[in-house]
Amino acid sequence: MNEHGSAAPAPVARLIEEFHKLPGVGPKSAQRLTYYLLRMPAAEARALAEAILDVKERITFCSVCQNVTDGNPCRICASDRRDRSIVCVVEEPLDILALERSGSYQGLYHVLHGAISPMDGIGPEDLKIQELLARLRSGEVAEVILATNPNLEGEATAMYLTRLLRPLGLKVTRLARGLPVGGDLEYADDVTLTRAMEGRQEVQG
Amino acid sequence: MTTPRLYKTEAIVLRQRKLGEADRILTLHTPAYGKLDAKAKGVRKTTSRMSGHLQPLSRCMVQLARGRSGLDVIAGCETLESFQALREDLDRLSRALYAAELADRFLAERVESMATYRLLLDTLRRLQDGNADTALRYYEMRLLEQSGFRPELERCLGCEQALQPEANYFAPVAGGTYCPSCGAGAAGSRTLSLNALKVLRLLQRASYNEAGRVTVPPALAQEVERHLRSYIVCMLERDVNAAAFIERLRREQQPLEV
Repeated sequence: MNEHGSAAPAPVARLIEEFHKLPGVGPKSAQRLTYYLLRMPAAEARALAEAILDVKERITFCSVCQNVTDGNPCRICASDRRDRSIVCVVEEPLDILALERSGSYQGLYHVLHGAISPMDGIGPEDLKIQELLARLRSGEVAEVILATNPNLEGEATAMYLTRLLRPLGLKVTRLARGLPVGGDLEYADDVTLTRAMEGRQEVQG
Repeated sequence: MTTPRLYKTEAIVLRQRKLGEADRILTLHTPAYGKLDAKAKGVRKTTSRMSGHLQPLSRCMVQLARGRSGLDVIAGCETLESFQALREDLDRLSRALYAAELADRFLAERVESMATYRLLLDTLRRLQDGNADTALRYYEMRLLEQSGFRPELERCLGCEQALQPEANYFAPVAGGTYCPSCGAGAAGSRTLSLNALKVLRLLQRASYNEAGRVTVPPALAQEVERHLRSYIVCMLERDVNAAAFIERLRREQQPLEV
């Protein structure tokens, strides 16, 4: 017996429980997903179950960039088309997907798996910072792009990394901050406007 | 209903946590309503009109809509003070986050707290352009006082005699100082130098400007910090997370370790 499906048979209740653990899935959604799966052809349900197992069993972290990967090193680190002299430091693997979608970057990545958040007790030791430093000591890298989020935690992380990287004599850059495409100038906050003004560029043409 | 569905208040953002796909739950410190949680919808999208105004440590004017579940929703906001200089210096930022974390831990929800609001605001301004450590010690002492945890620094908690000008004991569990003869065996007591006692008393009695005029040598400042920290941890019955980061930054700034 449990809170989500006391009237439901035990296996159904168990699946509802499991769905409920997922982020963003409330009790109602968990019930809906479970009853949808019940009506699904057995082959499709099996494919879903196998996909979940596959992810857990075959995916590891790339030993170079710490991204999630099915081979080691990952496809980006192993590619000979990428510029190996630039490393873009991001918080999460999903950030790499976003940057790759833009197609504007040809260098390598490094995933920190989080950002420094002193109030939550997440410090530098919880991130993949030692791995980054080890990588940079090889001397192949000339520029590090700090692409952590432009929020408090991301900025704190970027400042902390800047302190660590300064003595290494590398070029350290930070992603530009300014107005988002599709945004409204009148709603922009002071900091964003200041940054946008500072980073203005001459119009070509 | 005594309170309107929509209400406006000034607030300092203490902390934030992610919620669902693009939302956040913010912990706000307001003068009239104390500490409260509010939902900020869609602020993790780049096109959010509010996200830039709701960063932790910002002072802003927020419009809140009463939520049915007890969680209010932020309907609009505008920055009053962004403390940008504070954000651009890791040492000052880490101390400001520590101050915010303390406020979050000491404050009760939805209880008027004009005094602590004023104190936190003053502290953030002092952290931005004053001596950061003095500002933080003063804040700790005042916050303890305002939350009802004022430490005893005048008399011995054992024999109730006034403390003599000598090395005494400080026992967080007991709530303050012991004289040398009562304090030696007291639970959790640590030696308190005469100078540290003077600095603690100064923080307790003086105005910030008076306290700021006194130059405290580094070793003494460390002793005072240690005593206050252990007292706070004892009152909260838990560690203050942001303290670890301040310690780490301090360690790494030592010239020996590069």
